[in-house]
Amino acid sequence: MRVDIDDVTVEIAGTRLVDEVRLSACEGKFVGLVGPNGSGKSTLLRTVYRALRPAAGAVRLDGADLHAMDARAAARVLAALPQESSAEFDFTVAEVVAMGRLPHTGRTAVSDRRICAEAMARTEVGHLAGRGFLGLSGGEKQRVLIARALAQQPRVLVLDEPTNHLDIAHQLDVLSLVRDSGLTVLAALHDLNLAAAHCDVLYVIDGGRIVASGPPHDVLQPALLARVFGVRAHPVRHPETGALQLLFDLLP
Amino acid sequence: MLPLSLALALVLVLSLVCGAGLGAAGVGWTETARFLWAGLSGGTVHAADAASYTIVWEIRLPRVLLGAVVGAGLAAVGVAVQAMVRNALADPFVLGISSGAAVGANAVILLGAFAGLGVWALSVSAFASALVAMALVYAVARSPRGLTPLRLILTGTALAYGFEAVTTVMVFGAARGEAARSALMWLLGSLGGATWAQVPLAAVTVAAGWAWLRWRAEPLNALAMGDETSAALGVRPGRLRRELFLVTAAVTGTVVAVSGAIGFVGLMVPHVVRMLVGADHRRVLAVAPLAGAVLLVWADVLSRLLLAPAELPVGVITAVLGVPAFLLLMRRGGYAFGGR
Repeated sequence: MRVDIDDVTVEIAGTRLVDEVRLSACEGKFVGLVGPNGSGKSTLLRTVYRALRPAAGAVRLDGADLHAMDARAAARVLAALPQESSAEFDFTVAEVVAMGRLPHTGRTAVSDRRICAEAMARTEVGHLAGRGFLGLSGGEKQRVLIARALAQQPRVLVLDEPTNHLDIAHQLDVLSLVRDSGLTVLAALHDLNLAAAHCDVLYVIDGGRIVASGPPHDVLQPALLARVFGVRAHPVRHPETGALQLLFDLLP
Repeated sequence: MLPLSLALALVLVLSLVCGAGLGAAGVGWTETARFLWAGLSGGTVHAADAASYTIVWEIRLPRVLLGAVVGAGLAAVGVAVQAMVRNALADPFVLGISSGAAVGANAVILLGAFAGLGVWALSVSAFASALVAMALVYAVARSPRGLTPLRLILTGTALAYGFEAVTTVMVFGAARGEAARSALMWLLGSLGGATWAQVPLAAVTVAAGWAWLRWRAEPLNALAMGDETSAALGVRPGRLRRELFLVTAAVTGTVVAVSGAIGFVGLMVPHVVRMLVGADHRRVLAVAPLAGAVLLVWADVLSRLLLAPAELPVGVITAVLGVPAFLLLMRRGGYAFGGR
């Protein structure tokens, strides 16, 4: 499914946090959103998964205005992994995954169980089904939340910094899981090298505005990184794979 | 989950019969059963049994039934409020509604307000002031971002202090010792004033509230995970929390109007039930109200028997029964509060 963010502006308490952002994600593509802290990444994503309403503009799924849709109908096509992790009640892994079935109508206990089991198998968390979610490691939690999103059977997946607090192996693991889902993905990412390696298209956001977009290595140019992130970047080739890697220093 | 619910329902029915048979005045079990049957089937009893029949049918049974209704209501609301404000320490009284009701109740007990309403004065006044408290909490807690958990808790707690100050002033100002005692009894919660007239309305309100909560159990699960998560799952957290506020406030107001502020049930029963059946609200809401009903029926029986013919506030008994049971379950382990 194609996602189009058409000139979306988001204001909270009179402050404009996202300013006429235009962004497109084609069917099945992994689109990354990078930008410094406070640049509006999360605000934009929260608008896409309907935690916020845009003050102007529209988010369109295959042309249909997302915010004009019924909340549950929207959740049937678009799933999200927000950044929050509330930890007051200890749901089991199976219960957390089962929440993904909530927006669906005409469900049966049997079909729900089958779909949840498939989702857990895809993210390899089936053996954790009876465990408490709160007792899991960060990497396991993220896999469970991806399973919940898959149980939602969406066509678009929105992720807000899904690799936060994960060790490097789990970061790579989570991103390849997401990639392999085949869904249209829109993800905010902090690590520019990870973003460059996994995304088809990158958008750079700064001060609530998109300042660059395109294939990762066209976008992540030293001049832009100096201007937006305030760092000096050195592109180097990976000695074995030849892939471009960025090394960073503070600006002199 | 069904077997546990059915077993608890059976225990509840037995508890109701026991509750009607036990009390300060000794009425035998066979007689109790006969009176209950006579009352249910519209049969007759001997003129010589009239006094015992009155005790069982007119005094104890409404009290026992009201105890079950109140216990169920407090437990159901406790579950809902904990999910609504996403806080394991919340109980039905955290929103300040019971403290508001206490102001109205004590105005009747101590100052003789609404004397024109006769026997209904206490319930009506308590419910009316609960509604005023609810409107006040809602108006203050509202923000452009909707009802957020922290604002709800802070507003409810702050206003509760205000309401309690008003109640305290009234109790201190009361000249009559007996009235002050009634006021204290009401503040700690008691089913002593139960009449048949109170049962239907309280039962219908609690049953409707419970049914609604059970119907919304899955969205409650999502809400317990966080507002953003619920939004992503197609639940509108602001709207759900508004609905929850209305339902829990109506049930709390009704329950408090007939029984005062009975503590512990609404805080601990949800946790005990979660320890037994897990956090999924579909199961918690199937079990907790039944457990709350059974607990309160027996707590009330004990409150009548321990110092008979005097009565203890039932809140004292719920604490004495509940605290050890709760600590035991918690120590058994496996229950995570806030991930710890």
